[in-house]
Amino acid sequence: MGEHILSWMTFFPVIGAAVIAFIPSERKEIIKTVAAAAAAVPLILAVQLFVNFDRGTAAMQFVEHYTWIKSFNIEYFMGIDGLSVPMVLLTALLSFLCIIASWNIAKATKGYFALFLILEAAMMGVFCALDFFLFYLFWELMLLPMYFLIGIWGGPRREYAAIKFFLYTLAGSVLMLLAMIAFYLNVQDPTTGGHTFNMLYMMDQSNHSQWLQMTNIRHLLWIGLFIGFAIKVPIFPFHTWLPDAHVEAPTAVSVILAGVLLKMGTYGILRISYPILPDAAVWFSYALAIMGAINILYGAYCAMAQTDMKKLVAYSSISHMGYVLLGMAAFTTAGINGAVLQMFNHGTITAMMFLCVGVVYDRAHTREINGFGGLGMQMPLYTSFFSFALFAAIGLPGLSGFVSEAMIFIGAFPVYRTVAMISALGIIIGAAYVLWMLQRVFLGPKNDKWDSLPDINAREMFTLVPIGIIVLVLGVYPMPVLDLMRVSLNHLIKVVAG
Amino acid sequence: MELLNLNIPSWSDMASWIPEAVLAGTFLVALVGDLVVRGRRTWLPFAITVFGLVTAGSYAVAAVLHADPTAHSIMGKLMVVDGMAGFFRLLFIFTGLATVLFAWTSEEIMGHKRENKGEFYYLTALMTLAMCVMAEARDLLMLFLSMEGVGLVSYVMAGYMRTSLRSTEASLKYVIFGAVSSAIMLYGLSLLYGMTGSLTFAGIRAGLLAGAANPFGLLTAAVLILVGMSYKIAAVPFHYWAPDVYEGAPTPISALFSVGPKAAGFALMIRFFYTTLAAGNDPATGSTLIADFNWPLLVAVMSAATMIYANLVALRQTNVKRLLAYSSISHVGYILMGFVLLTGQGLQAILFYLLVYTFMNLGAFFFVVAINNHLKSEDLQDYVGLGFRAPWAGAMMVIFLGSLAGIPPFAGFVGKLYLFTAVMDKQWFWLVIVAAVNSVIGLYYYFKVVKAMFLTRPAEGADTSPLKLHWLQYTVLGVLTVPTLVLGIYFGQFKALADQAIALMTVHM
Repeated sequence: MGEHILSWMTFFPVIGAAVIAFIPSERKEIIKTVAAAAAAVPLILAVQLFVNFDRGTAAMQFVEHYTWIKSFNIEYFMGIDGLSVPMVLLTALLSFLCIIASWNIAKATKGYFALFLILEAAMMGVFCALDFFLFYLFWELMLLPMYFLIGIWGGPRREYAAIKFFLYTLAGSVLMLLAMIAFYLNVQDPTTGGHTFNMLYMMDQSNHSQWLQMTNIRHLLWIGLFIGFAIKVPIFPFHTWLPDAHVEAPTAVSVILAGVLLKMGTYGILRISYPILPDAAVWFSYALAIMGAINILYGAYCAMAQTDMKKLVAYSSISHMGYVLLGMAAFTTAGINGAVLQMFNHGTITAMMFLCVGVVYDRAHTREINGFGGLGMQMPLYTSFFSFALFAAIGLPGLSGFVSEAMIFIGAFPVYRTVAMISALGIIIGAAYVLWMLQRVFLGPKNDKWDSLPDINAREMFTLVPIGIIVLVLGVYPMPVLDLMRVSLNHLIKVVAG
Repeated sequence: MELLNLNIPSWSDMASWIPEAVLAGTFLVALVGDLVVRGRRTWLPFAITVFGLVTAGSYAVAAVLHADPTAHSIMGKLMVVDGMAGFFRLLFIFTGLATVLFAWTSEEIMGHKRENKGEFYYLTALMTLAMCVMAEARDLLMLFLSMEGVGLVSYVMAGYMRTSLRSTEASLKYVIFGAVSSAIMLYGLSLLYGMTGSLTFAGIRAGLLAGAANPFGLLTAAVLILVGMSYKIAAVPFHYWAPDVYEGAPTPISALFSVGPKAAGFALMIRFFYTTLAAGNDPATGSTLIADFNWPLLVAVMSAATMIYANLVALRQTNVKRLLAYSSISHVGYILMGFVLLTGQGLQAILFYLLVYTFMNLGAFFFVVAINNHLKSEDLQDYVGLGFRAPWAGAMMVIFLGSLAGIPPFAGFVGKLYLFTAVMDKQWFWLVIVAAVNSVIGLYYYFKVVKAMFLTRPAEGADTSPLKLHWLQYTVLGVLTVPTLVLGIYFGQFKALADQAIALMTVHM
């Protein structure tokens, strides 16, 4: 597996899904075990990746490069650098934990786990692909399993939420498709002189055609790509699919949605838009910072108004992704490093929050914040886990969220003073909605209705503890992740901001 | 005069026409066989037709693999067997064979209280023959004859269920619309003949290049002919017959209609318009004649109108068959994108798209056939919960619909990608944007079917017993699923087939 580690990480879950397809649907335990094993392999490989990754270079590593479809110049080109490594690790970790967290899925178990594994493969592929066609293929491959996971195993309004998610994302991706074709036709492969989908060639401005060097065209292409990615992040006003999808999706799918899928939007901007169209990125940066601020404040205010725990966490995601945008827009070392670190941290912290919401929902079959009260006495262990996650979300020093948010503000402040100052209000509102929820759910008089709720069990703790450790460790010592990405991101800043 | 100028055909020319000869023989033998058993033992015409189609198909496959660069004249200058004809021949025979096999298991065809069920089988053989001839015609007379040939068989087949009101109405509509459009086209053809004095495509091109026609006359003739052909392929605004006919005819026959005659219409359009108007020998440079009268804009507007109209109307359909009918119209809109500039790149994209479209569209229609056997309904409401009653077939239907919607990793996406690329390469951005928006609309109604099948929970007391399909149905659906998946991720070789077909299309002689 050493040679083709990225391919194994991407396609091993597909093998697992294929195996599951041929297991009789009554053998649920076997199906679940196979799924867990198929998701464990990428996780083990991810650890190997983490150990062997060369932190001293900005070049692509673990590269696999083969001709795929010669007549259309499509290549099977996989590789990772400091930008993709944190995302690959996050995907492997969360996918495995989500399989464990889905152990109670009773309806159509076979289909659920098969689709989940395909979803994992698609996400992994997006973060590893260096050929635009391949990237687009994985990007879209994700939609179909996600549609079914929300639509079949979701809540009461799942049909609406599933198709809304699908249509929004597809609307964004057709714009990306058009931009992709435009790049294909206007970027020259320096070795053969033909068209190319190779992203590294696209990043080299000297390969661009005359047409592609026109400022207006570049701005137009930037906007096309940006809308495609913005829908995924989601950036206001393209965000309305997210609360619906989150509320209806089963717990594990919400975790994947918030933990990994949203990051694809910002990853896409950093991987594709920034290096291919750096001048347009600079042109757009102020708007991006303002959009970040809007996301932060709008998401936080909306979260404050929610009475459904899951919806609250969903809106808090919108708010937290706003920090990522703000950091990205600054083009400073601290800003971009903070942004990517925030992508990783938000993935872990939100995953914890959604898992915690799932724990109580499994027991009480409601997520209504005002319906609870005094759960702290009834489920003390659970309360401590949830509080830990919530404090991490508001950026309590000592937990990982603080480090990345602090870096983002340090990076953004010198560049966008006013915007950063306004955005900082988001932290206060964030603390408000989180603490207010904490108070209503866990403190106060106990609601007798919940007298029989058992505390968190060992399987659920198994999914929470690893993430909790990561959040704690990175809060005290963030270098393991920062070291991974620093060189690559500094290179990116040099490309964009000169 | 050219008609009398028949030269003695060489053996290699005749040999290239073996598949068509086999098809003609199949039709006659099956017809006689059916008469002998007096329409009672349907298996006889069925077996003869299957055998004939397989035989013709193997010759056709061998011809495509051989990639013979010479063009073989058939019956003087009436027809030609070249790379493009070979490509389409294969497509038609495959479509005919798949339809015949699936119809064998269809209650609509076999369970109908009707004598002479064998008729369906030998008529399919005849239709396959007529479609092959459409792709080979290179003379105005043959063009008209072959189109009428396909038309006549279609009218009969649409009315297959004689006692059904829907079916008879479909047939009558088909005849009336068909007759009108044929007349219009014939008028255009006569103008062209009058201006250039030639019946062969190559002769017409020579005449046009020599300046035989003024732009206005050429425009009139081209538009009239385009109208006639648009009827055949069901492009807006000449599509009105299509939804009614597709809905009224038995579903296996609708499946055949939505793929076969449509592809044949495109084959004819490609050969006719490319030979006569896109005069350059070099496929890359495109044409000079079409620039004289704004041909690209004409086709582009038609393409956009077809996509927009069909997709918007499809949104509101609640009958799966009718929904698929509108969907097949919208696909004509996509395919017409490749026709805008009459460049080699665009035509290659069309051929590849037709190949992909054949698999995915037949698959979707056949699924409806299989379900109709059990439910006796094509209503979307009755599809609720089907995905769990027939999981394997349901999964295949998702693949067909996903491919029709054009999402990766299915073949339909690659087909669209080539079309988009061809149009974008010539900087027709508005058309590409219209097409892109339409693919999003398309997704919504295709997934309305998926939603009913998998997402909506059946009402209390609804039948949720597993549905078992005929083994032949699983086989044919499986055979259609494999290319729908494979062509989505490994299409190099198949695109090469389409490229080769266009490269080997003869415009001279």
